[in-house]
Formats: sequence, C-alpha cells, structure tokens
Amino acid sequence: MRTSSLNALALAAALTLPSLAPAADYVIDTEKAHAFIQFRIQHLGYSWLYGRFNDFNGTFSYDEKNPASNKVDVTIKTASVDTNHAERDKHLRSDDFLDVGKFPQARFVSTKFEDKGDGKAVLSGDFTLHGVTKPIVIAVERVGQGDDPWGGYRAGFSGTTVLKLADYGITRDLGPAAQEVELTLSVEGIRQ
Amino acid sequence: MLKNTNTDYGRVTIALHWLVALAVIVMFALGLWISELEYYDAWYQRGPALHKSIGVLLFSVVAFRLAWRWLNPLPHPLPSHAPWERRLAGIAHRLLYLLLFFTMLAGYLISTADGRPIEVFGLFSVPATLSGIENQEDIAGEIHELLAFTLIGLSVLHALAALKHHFIDRDRTLKRMLGR
Repeated sequence: MRTSSLNALALAAALTLPSLAPAADYVIDTEKAHAFIQFRIQHLGYSWLYGRFNDFNGTFSYDEKNPASNKVDVTIKTASVDTNHAERDKHLRSDDFLDVGKFPQARFVSTKFEDKGDGKAVLSGDFTLHGVTKPIVIAVERVGQGDDPWGGYRAGFSGTTVLKLADYGITRDLGPAAQEVELTLSVEGIRQ
Repeated sequence: MLKNTNTDYGRVTIALHWLVALAVIVMFALGLWISELEYYDAWYQRGPALHKSIGVLLFSVVAFRLAWRWLNPLPHPLPSHAPWERRLAGIAHRLLYLLLFFTMLAGYLISTADGRPIEVFGLFSVPATLSGIENQEDIAGEIHELLAFTLIGLSVLHALAALKHHFIDRDRTLKRMLGR
C-alpha cells in the first residue's frame, strides 16, 4: 500500500513537474542520419574492410554534473549490415555470420559510466550479438555539444570497442588476422 | 539430319538437350559446393566466378534452344504413349524450361543486386539491369536455391520417366533423344 502510494506520488511528480526530471535525455538522431555504427575488420591482414549498420535506434542520458546517471541503450537491426557489396552482405546475413533470421537484433545497454575528464569516459555495458550477451567496455569521447540552429540542443559522442567474433559464437574462419572486429559508434543525440 | 522431323529429333536438338542436361547437373553440384567453401579455399573466388560464367553461357544456349524448338517441327509422341503420359510430359517439359529460365534469372539478380556486372570468363561482362531493390540479394538468393532444387527434382522425374519408357515399356522414347 505504502509503496504503491509512493509510486503514485512519483508518477504524479513526473507528469506534473517535467522540469524537475533530469533534463538530459537524448534521442539518437538516426532520422536525419547524424549517427553511425561502423565496423572494420582486417582482410587477410593486408587491409581494412569497412562496413556499417544502416538501421538502428537508441537513446542516451547525459548529465555532466551527474555522470553516474549517464546511460546508453542502442538497438541495431542486424539485417541492415552494409559493406558495399551485395553478395558479401548476403553472406554476412546468413547463418555463417550474423544469422539475421534467428537474431534480428543486436543491442547495447550500458551499466556504468566513468568520467575520465576532458570529455573522455569509459562506458561499460552488455552487448548482445548473435544471441550472445557479453560485457564490453567502450572508450567514449565527447565530440561536442550545444544549441543547434533550429531551436534544439545536441550532444555528440564517439565510442570505440573491439569484439572477438568467436566470443559471440561467430566461428566462421576468416583467417588469423580477422578474429576481431573494431566497432565505432558515432552518434549525435537531440535533447528531449 | 540437323533439323527435327515429325518422327525424330535432329542432331541440333539432341546436342542441345544433352548439353543443357549436363550443364544443369554440373551447375547444381557446383552451386552446392561453392556455398560450402571455406574462406581460405583456393576455389573461394574461382568457384563462384565459374558458376556465374557458365550460367550466362547456359542462358544463351537455352535461349537458342527455345528458338530452335520454335523453328522446328516437334516430333509427335510415339503411338504407344498413353494420353495421360503425353499430357504430363508436355507439362513437365514446359515446366523444365520455365524453371531453367527463372533459376538463371534469380541467380543473375543476386550477383547484380548492387549494380555490379557479371564477368563471363573474363571475356565480357553482363551489366546489371534491375538492382537496388531492398534485400534483393537475399530474396533472389532464396528463390534461386528453391528453384534450383525444384529443377533438379523435376529433372530426376523426367529421367525416371525416360528410363521407364526404355526398360518397362521398351519403346524408343529415350533412343529417339539419343539419335537412334
């Protein structure tokens, strides 16, 4: 009884006093494509192959004064993988790699944000890919923030991490130089 | 005798029939094999290139075969063929042509999904026409595989029917396609 009335109070406060809620929730601007999820992997150890996921969405909370409350949640449609080669993308979507029929989504949910000062931070979280969830650490850099020319407020970040494909049950052998893939999330959020 | 008559297949028809039969078997086996190759296999690049090159050539052979069929009399069914056999055979033959055509078309649409042309033995290339449809390579891939298996299934029935005529009915259905 007591809990539910407290919940009701909190709900009422949230509804009537939006200005007191943390004013730091952002929606990642995928609509106007100011956000990118890029990856690169070595080809034979001789060059880098670049690709990206075209379809994803997400939100983040960012409050400089209260970094412990910062968090990120991004969901990727795995079928949107794009390496600029249809036959390769078809293969990447197959059960040799992403198996997008079985695992249509990949997701990152942050668990911890450590401010390293000077716009740098370390973001920890759980990444789900190919049906496997693993804790990962993303090195984050704030690119910039401020008013946009259209009446909104934006903040942008870039984060990188390295994934071992075998950790996520993707065991197709691409050679010794291609065991790991580098992932870069470069996102701009619009404050809500 | 190059051209067909009302009773017999000509040499060109016979040659085209067996050439296409051989190509379909080779392409089916090749297709299954290349989809299983490991990345570091020496044939990982060559296998698909060969499959595509043969596919384009086979398309022109089948186109010529159809033209030849229309330019020639079609030998009448043997008098011993029952009406249901004639009807079924007619349907099966048309279906085989349709399956051949659409299997090749679907294959073409996989490789040209992003506008890339198909190289034919490094001699010439076939440009993309229909490309950029959402998930084109995946949809065309599913259809290509499904049609290929259907084509092989129907080809097996076709072969079994020919063997039935040869060994059970003891008529000259199969012999006729062997030019005897």
